[in-house]
Amino acid sequence: MNIDDIKKEFPIFDDKIQNNDLVYLDSANSSQKPRIVVDRIYDFYTKEFSNVGRSVHYLAVAATNLYEQTRVSVQKYINAKDKDEIVFTKGATEAINLVANTFGQKYLSEGDEVLLTELEHHSNYVPWHFLRKAKNIKIEFAEINDDGEVTLEAIEKKITNKTKIISVSHLSNVTGAILPIKEIVKLAHSKNIPVLIDGCQGAPHLKLDMQDIDCDFYAISGHKMYGPTGIGVLYAKKKWLEDLPPYQGGGGMINEVKKEGITYGELPNKYEAGTMATAQVIAFNESIKFMEKIGIQNIEKHEKELLDYGLEKLKKNNSVNIIGNPKEKGGVISFTIEGVHPHDIATILDEDGVAIRAGHHCCQILHDKLNLPATARASFGVYNTKDDIDKLDEAINKCKKIFNL
Amino acid sequence: MDLKDLYQEIILDHGKNPRNLGKFDNYNKDAKGNNPLCGDNVHVYLRLNENKKVEDIAFEGHGCAISMASASIMTDMVRGKEEKEVKEIVTDFLGMIKEKDSLETNILKDDEKTKLMSLSGVKQYPMRVKCATLSWHTLTSALNNSDQIVKTEE
Repeated sequence: MNIDDIKKEFPIFDDKIQNNDLVYLDSANSSQKPRIVVDRIYDFYTKEFSNVGRSVHYLAVAATNLYEQTRVSVQKYINAKDKDEIVFTKGATEAINLVANTFGQKYLSEGDEVLLTELEHHSNYVPWHFLRKAKNIKIEFAEINDDGEVTLEAIEKKITNKTKIISVSHLSNVTGAILPIKEIVKLAHSKNIPVLIDGCQGAPHLKLDMQDIDCDFYAISGHKMYGPTGIGVLYAKKKWLEDLPPYQGGGGMINEVKKEGITYGELPNKYEAGTMATAQVIAFNESIKFMEKIGIQNIEKHEKELLDYGLEKLKKNNSVNIIGNPKEKGGVISFTIEGVHPHDIATILDEDGVAIRAGHHCCQILHDKLNLPATARASFGVYNTKDDIDKLDEAINKCKKIFNL
Repeated sequence: MDLKDLYQEIILDHGKNPRNLGKFDNYNKDAKGNNPLCGDNVHVYLRLNENKKVEDIAFEGHGCAISMASASIMTDMVRGKEEKEVKEIVTDFLGMIKEKDSLETNILKDDEKTKLMSLSGVKQYPMRVKCATLSWHTLTSALNNSDQIVKTEE
């Protein structure tokens, strides 16, 4: 697949949005969907629909097989050892909640510490905060440095003999910093501490190899990987999924239910209670195939080129300040313009079809640290081009003109 | 939609140089408001005298040009007015931002109404309406002695 043709695979770019060609620079928030993913949902509902894992009729068996095929695709895509290590969730948020809840129940008690970083998304802080309230645990934050990155040393500094789990981002959705997760895992394991990686921004942009990274848990968001909303993945080492208690109770996750007691199902059913987002899981297989077809190396290369071009361009634009300067950085550029609030930037850019995000990007701790209430953020996906960045730059100039800068 | 309607000169002026920004010592009513979606916040302070008149009013906070201009214009407009009048102005303003084409209250002079109407551009930008209304809701909260922080997300 030629990277120049990729935009054509996405129906959203076929038509004008508010009379403009869409310049979509909000992929860190959610990516657009290729036609094959959208079509797969339609086809499943119109030709193949049934619930999975329960009935024995033809459609039910076929749907179950399709659903399980996605599990195998994900397993291969992230190089997990076993397909039972892939748990479908409604998103990365639920994946992190699942770990915090079950690990917290079994292994955390008063005074224990959970180590996060200052650049975590709220979804990798709030679930742990629940435990702080319920169990009186402590939450520690490894600090970011002036370049907006979290180093291995910053993590090491906050590890104590009370640290029971470390939960960190793979790639910051604000500064774009790529964390040294393999080294963090190695360090943590040398102290018998398990590690959860919030892979929301990692999975769509970086090569994943669970056996190489060796993390205990990895949370993935489907809708940021060109997939449907309502689907995420929790990768967890089998030993953890066997050891931890179930998360939600309901149909599908049980073995035997009697008045006097209940036994739970085998993996992966144990963690998939109730009717799952069947169509989305099945369509997510197409997202994986789409990314495999392009090749993650090509995606990384393309986005790196966009990033370098974007940074060069915006650095030349007077009064634009770029947030963070990490050595290892993904396709995210957060910025401010002296004298223009990010929300005004976003509204003005939107007038020209340039879609960016403004606000704290669900990272208030980080923005407090940076002493900025809000930033503007342009983030890239596989469909972006250098032309998009030129349009961003032009729209920023328009913004400056309106504000007489 | 036209950006010129949203970013009129008066908005840019008040946004850049907000009037009544800060805090004064002898306030007797105050309230906080925030917009969790974007992290913007405002803290309104005012002093009601024995005749229920707004003797002084100021605000602290940070936000976009629209929210700063709105708080700036609002504080200018309600200073010296009676509590009852302030509440009528707030209701009228919020009604205009929501649906009405113009301001109806007789309390405001024509030039004051023109000033307030400069904020009507947000009507075309549903996501930005909250920026314009936050300080007004917060003013109401202060007058009602509410301890609740005003939130734009409900």
